[in-house]
Amino acid sequence: MNELVFFINNVVVSGTVSGSIYAMGAIGVTLVFSIMRFAHFAHADMMTLGAFVVLLLTTLFPEVGGVVGLPSALLLLPIAMAVTAVAAVGIDRTFYKPLRAHDVKPIVMVIASLGVTLMLQGLIRLFAGTGSESLYIAERKDIFRIELPFELASRPIVVTEPQIILFVFAIVAVVSLHLFLSRSRLGKAMRAMSDNPDLARASGINTNTIVAVTWVIAGSLAAAAGTLLSLDVAFKPDLSFFLLLPIFAAAIVGGVGHPYGAIAGGFVVGFAETLAVFNWSVLLRPIRDSFPEWLELPSNLALVGTEYKIVVPFFILVAILVWRPTGIFKGKVI
Amino acid sequence: MALLEASDVHGGYGGMNILNGVNMAIEANEIGVIVGPNGAGKSTMLKAIFGLLKVSQGEIRLRGEPITNTAPNKLVHMGMGFVPQEYNIFPSLTVQENLEMGAYIRPQNFRRMLEQIYEFFPPLLEKRRQPAGELSGGQRQMVAMGRALMVEPDVLLLDEPTAGLSPLFMNEIFERIKTINAAGVGILMVEQNAKQALAIAHKGFVLAAGQNRFTDTGEALLNDPDVAKSFLGG
Amino acid sequence: MTRALPIRELSLFVGLLVAVLAVYAAMGAAYSTRMLVEAACYAILALGLTIQWGYAGQFNAGVMGFVALGGFAAMFFSVPINPAFWNSEMPGELGRALLALVASIMLIYGATRLDRLGIPKRLRTLIAIILAVVLYLVVISMLRDVTGEIESRAGFIGGLGLPAWVGWIFGGMLAGGIGYFIGRICLGLRSDYLAIATLGIAEIIKAFLKNSDWLTRGTATVSPLPWPTPGARDLGFVLARALYLSVTAVVIAVIFFLLHRAYHAPWGRMIRAIRDNEVSAAAMGKDINRRRLEIFVLGCILMGIGGAALTSFNSIFNPQGYLPLNHTFLVLVMVILGGPGNNLGTIFGAVLVYIIWIMSEPLALFLMENAATLGQGWFGWEDPGNLDSRALQARVFVIGLLISLVLRYAPKGLIPEKVPRYN
Repeated sequence: MNELVFFINNVVVSGTVSGSIYAMGAIGVTLVFSIMRFAHFAHADMMTLGAFVVLLLTTLFPEVGGVVGLPSALLLLPIAMAVTAVAAVGIDRTFYKPLRAHDVKPIVMVIASLGVTLMLQGLIRLFAGTGSESLYIAERKDIFRIELPFELASRPIVVTEPQIILFVFAIVAVVSLHLFLSRSRLGKAMRAMSDNPDLARASGINTNTIVAVTWVIAGSLAAAAGTLLSLDVAFKPDLSFFLLLPIFAAAIVGGVGHPYGAIAGGFVVGFAETLAVFNWSVLLRPIRDSFPEWLELPSNLALVGTEYKIVVPFFILVAILVWRPTGIFKGKVI
Repeated sequence: MALLEASDVHGGYGGMNILNGVNMAIEANEIGVIVGPNGAGKSTMLKAIFGLLKVSQGEIRLRGEPITNTAPNKLVHMGMGFVPQEYNIFPSLTVQENLEMGAYIRPQNFRRMLEQIYEFFPPLLEKRRQPAGELSGGQRQMVAMGRALMVEPDVLLLDEPTAGLSPLFMNEIFERIKTINAAGVGILMVEQNAKQALAIAHKGFVLAAGQNRFTDTGEALLNDPDVAKSFLGG
Repeated sequence: MTRALPIRELSLFVGLLVAVLAVYAAMGAAYSTRMLVEAACYAILALGLTIQWGYAGQFNAGVMGFVALGGFAAMFFSVPINPAFWNSEMPGELGRALLALVASIMLIYGATRLDRLGIPKRLRTLIAIILAVVLYLVVISMLRDVTGEIESRAGFIGGLGLPAWVGWIFGGMLAGGIGYFIGRICLGLRSDYLAIATLGIAEIIKAFLKNSDWLTRGTATVSPLPWPTPGARDLGFVLARALYLSVTAVVIAVIFFLLHRAYHAPWGRMIRAIRDNEVSAAAMGKDINRRRLEIFVLGCILMGIGGAALTSFNSIFNPQGYLPLNHTFLVLVMVILGGPGNNLGTIFGAVLVYIIWIMSEPLALFLMENAATLGQGWFGWEDPGNLDSRALQARVFVIGLLISLVLRYAPKGLIPEKVPRYN
């Protein structure tokens, strides 16, 4: 039973954590792609930017959270989301819009977004240094241990406070995104523009507004994902570095331009990662005695070592691109 | 005063002139049909009117007001609707959402117009929750026309509405066009099926090499032996 | 066709020469020659990228990975033989593990062909996947045992003790080989995907080199690496570096000459035709995918050679020292600033950007110190202490800004590709 608890802690919980983060990032990537038709490489750095703004605000007001019993960082998150959304729109106006006006190839937009990546990284490191910092400044991170009502399970399931916040937030974000896209006039116009930009323009839809709304959604979701990840682990300026490949893999797995696909893709990639680095021999240990003599159970049966975790999203990415370029849900054929 | 009037329109893509002085005029409540051989500039003329193509010389007027080289979204506000030949629907949106996008600039009209569109195109009512991309060719064309009608345009530009449809659907589309026109919408359309189109047309314009070859009522053109010989295939 | 005097090019190169001389005057000959050697190595990398991006429109965002592969080859071939490894039974064990690896790959490949024996496709896929997972786990655990033993008893397997230039050649081949596999998979796809895939593969190569202590000593680094030319001990810094510089200059000259020939040959025309209009090139009966693969592999080979030359010169193989910023984005800026598709422009861009890059370090420090002093004087602001490391981060920003500015104001670079016109 303890082995099962170990599995839940190491695979189910942490897979859901990274899955939620990747999903929120991948939604942004996929929305930007479907409206502006380019792969936005600076997306992971927008996540870092959001987390950085929260870090800044929390350092300034470390005590606000005490009033309602939530982490200060969480309470300040909406401000950071707004700041990041504004920054995203500003970045678009300054760096991407002039290029779009010249009708450049999508790959030039990709290079431009690499330029933005470097600028964001430079600024964040200039102000935040290179070390990692906890977003819990005045409080302690609550850890919940859920004891299981079985005799054999002596170990508890461990969930931390930021993880619970993350799950709740991810669900709320996904539901509100769904309502926005399927019910609101603006959301429908966004889908229309992703379907057929020329016809959208001919119908009188203001494409500049749609572009701005896309950046606001992408930017605020990125800020939230970056912050919630930093709450769970710690803020690091090179956070983006470990996020870029998984969120792109998630967006492509889900079918580019397909927001619901991006959510599924996020969880596919998140769970694939945790399953791949999970040491399966732990689960086999209880039945070790029933193995034949010649079969010796190796102590480490993980598919890849933790240091090679990055291989997993890459492998998924390449496999999907080769065998099913439209993603598991039919995305844009490109 | 003509509803839509174009005089001596020149224009083309990237320095290559396709239109070399086209004239046409339709009155309110009229159907105008543009026919002619391939490469005559029929669709180009429609795009020039809708501001999708730069007009280098000549003038286009809507109810007497000059609209030469006006941006498409402004023309929509001024009461012009356009249905392109291809890519004329939002495939992943449902039929009703497609129509809603048509009424994007006049959301207050939405409910009222929706009923009217479903009256025009009854097949769309039962499919209203289906993604438009899953419909048949004829029904897609209805969605496309319905979307353009949602803003209650005075004039509707149709670019080959029956292209690629089976004869059965073709007749149905021509019937709908007549119904729409009867409801008071002026129509200017490009058609490959010249005979059928001219049969419902008040005005006909036969283009060749970017210029008017014949301009008359639809009936007169149909009965003109010259037109019949060179453009209607005998 | 009349040929005007290339005033633009001439004045730009004169300006560059003045900049180089200024650096010599300010920083001394040893420092400046080192800078030039590194700039020359970067020029090789930039030429590799310019043929991929400039000639063929393939955007490779993983230059770093190919540089690291070249660096690894330079290290592996030139470092002395490690007797502690070769005199034990470990080479045999390692060989057995590698043989098992090859055998499993062949077995799995065979399993994917089972449908030819009449086995249903679904069953074949299932068999292949199960076989792959099992064999993978077996081989991995074999390798883990062997490499663990090597690490504890011999440190690492050491090198081959061959001259450095052998490593350069093999570095090019290794990078080209990996490039071939990536190209086979990704070149048919949209260019964004190639960027993502190459970005990923570069990180994977780095992770592998960093964590394979038995092969590369990982974070412990390998040094010194021998040079292909006599070292500083024999000739003094300036002369030794100048000699190294001449070797890299010869390499650049050879590459430049060959590329120039290829660009104006039918092959080069075909490459550009594919870049400019893929559909018509295909309609003319050109084998697009093959040509694309050729150009991608060629670019990767150059990156491998350049990376090997750079690593040999630095005389240390440190897998952690390969950074996307220094080895991918810096090269990218060189190419897009100099002129993608123009070899001369690319070399110009490489030298210019490298001078800016190197000089920005003391400049940034100087600015930061002044700002800190001012801040303290005026507002009583305490500087955070680690100013130097933060000043270096500012260079990241500068490179990003440079990319944005070039894309917007000089999208064809300072010395644009001259498209030949035939009237």
